[in-house]
Amino acid sequence: MQIVRPAEAFPATGTAATPAVAVVDLAKSFGERSVLAGVDLSIAQGESVALIGANGTGKSTFLRCLIRLTEPDRGTIRMLDDVVTDLGAAELRRFRSKVGIVFQKHNLVPRLSALTNVVHGIQSRSAGPRTWLQALAPREVREEAYACLAAVGLEDRALQRVGSLSGGQSQKVAVARMLMQRPRLILADEPDASLDPKAGEDVMDLLLRVAREKGLTLVTVSHRLEHAVRYSDRIIGFDAGRVALDTPSAAASVHELRSFFSDRTAA
Amino acid sequence: MSMPLRTPGLPPRHSAPSAVSVVLWCAAVAFVVWSFAGAGLSLERLQRGIPALGNMLSRMFPPDVERLPQILWSLLVTFQMAVAGCVLGLILAFPVAVLAADNLSPHPAVKAAARGLIALFRTVPDLVWALLFVIAVGLGPPAGILAIMVDKIGFAGRFFAEAMEEADKGPREALEALGATRTGVIFSAIVPECLPSFVATSLFALEKAVRGSVILGLVGAGGIGVELKVAFDLFDYDTAATIIIAVFLLVLLVEQISDRIRRALI
Ligand SMILES: Nc1ncnc2c1ncn2[C@@H]1O[C@H](COP(=O)(O)OP(=O)(O)OP(=O)(O)O)[C@@H](O)[C@H]1O
Ligand SMILES: [Mg+2]
Repeated sequence: MQIVRPAEAFPATGTAATPAVAVVDLAKSFGERSVLAGVDLSIAQGESVALIGANGTGKSTFLRCLIRLTEPDRGTIRMLDDVVTDLGAAELRRFRSKVGIVFQKHNLVPRLSALTNVVHGIQSRSAGPRTWLQALAPREVREEAYACLAAVGLEDRALQRVGSLSGGQSQKVAVARMLMQRPRLILADEPDASLDPKAGEDVMDLLLRVAREKGLTLVTVSHRLEHAVRYSDRIIGFDAGRVALDTPSAAASVHELRSFFSDRTAA
Repeated sequence: MSMPLRTPGLPPRHSAPSAVSVVLWCAAVAFVVWSFAGAGLSLERLQRGIPALGNMLSRMFPPDVERLPQILWSLLVTFQMAVAGCVLGLILAFPVAVLAADNLSPHPAVKAAARGLIALFRTVPDLVWALLFVIAVGLGPPAGILAIMVDKIGFAGRFFAEAMEEADKGPREALEALGATRTGVIFSAIVPECLPSFVATSLFALEKAVRGSVILGLVGAGGIGVELKVAFDLFDYDTAATIIIAVFLLVLLVEQISDRIRRALI
């Protein structure tokens, strides 16, 4: 029996002409503590990249800096068509609308229905009361949101409150909201961390499938090394706020990656 | 025979109070004693007071229901005053609370101003506001409505702001990260999450407004308080009794209903 790795089953389609993400000398400290100490990194359009590294090595901080949820201290970030580090407030808002994010916590509004939470994704490109609730939304918006829910397989839960969904289902609704946003690039920070193995795989599967179908760049942080290997084209390891490993996933094995961690802890 | 156990480092059961705390405690006790003396509350006063109270109570019964229609009418006016003032206050409290909330205020100076306003409205008693508005807009219910409104901006503004500050910041950040506007974030993520707390606060505000609106009449701000004052001034204690019972029933009813609604929501 041949095991097909999803990253091979859905080959990347993008051309590597201009990178989707180009980071030069990115640094960030919180007080005395240096978290990112000069990260240089370039990610091709349509590439799926897994970020790995021990707790506290700055993976989340790196993702947050990419869209300036955390302000970097130094360095330049080019992403899609923008120099992110130069954007003013209004331009930053427009830039953020192009980047879909999935967090470890689904970060949905538990008291609202799945459909309303997905409708909120439209706020990346429009505003006003008709974007606040599915009941107020225009027909096209409701239809698109419903299609996004269907894409994650939850159309039958459209009017159920998110608070009454399971963790795996909630995470899929979060992916649906991200799809509603029509992103050009996806950042996912441990989307599989609080889910059981099956649900975690489902979500990773879903993210990669979506990225491949639309030719989107995908950057995923994961502590599950088998996910990192399976769902990416390339693995990047962080250590002490720098890139310490950069390898094609096809050449990597879970076993070798494990030693990347133990070598560091021993050092 | 038991041997004394010795464990080095075991802390003592009690630690001796410091000299400062002894002095502070003594001062506090002395002040409490002095307060009783200062207020002139003595056994002898109580002994004289109880028969007088008994006398008044006996003149209250049976309550006189002759003026019941007028009383019920003023009671309705009082309730309407409370509802109108409360609704106005709650509507205005929301924007003030947004400006005052740590996580939503557009600017520290705006936040300080909004908080100052809430503190002022909250700490000055509604009776004082009623006195001011009676001077400004004249005797009658409008003064009462304004007084209740101001009081409720202070009350609800504070609790609305606290609820919004305590809201989970995950959903908010997720919407900010996808490029939503501040208003979008407030109405999509924060308000839905705070809704039960907003409703509970609003119902408490209404209860408080109904209780408070009775007193406002005493300074001429309209409603049943005026009737009550007149009845006492004329030593018409049996009519006063009817008014008190009517007020009691109204407050009880409002509390019961709001309690039901709160319970249904949680
Ligand atoms: N807002 C902040 N203020 C202060 N320190 C912070 C802040 N955010 C992150 N840190 C610190 O930065 C360091 C790196 O955090 P980060 O979350 O980026 O690590 P991570 O690689 O994502 O770790 P994990 O695998 O546990 O998610 C940690 O020591 C953390 O305490
Ligand atoms: Mg992290």
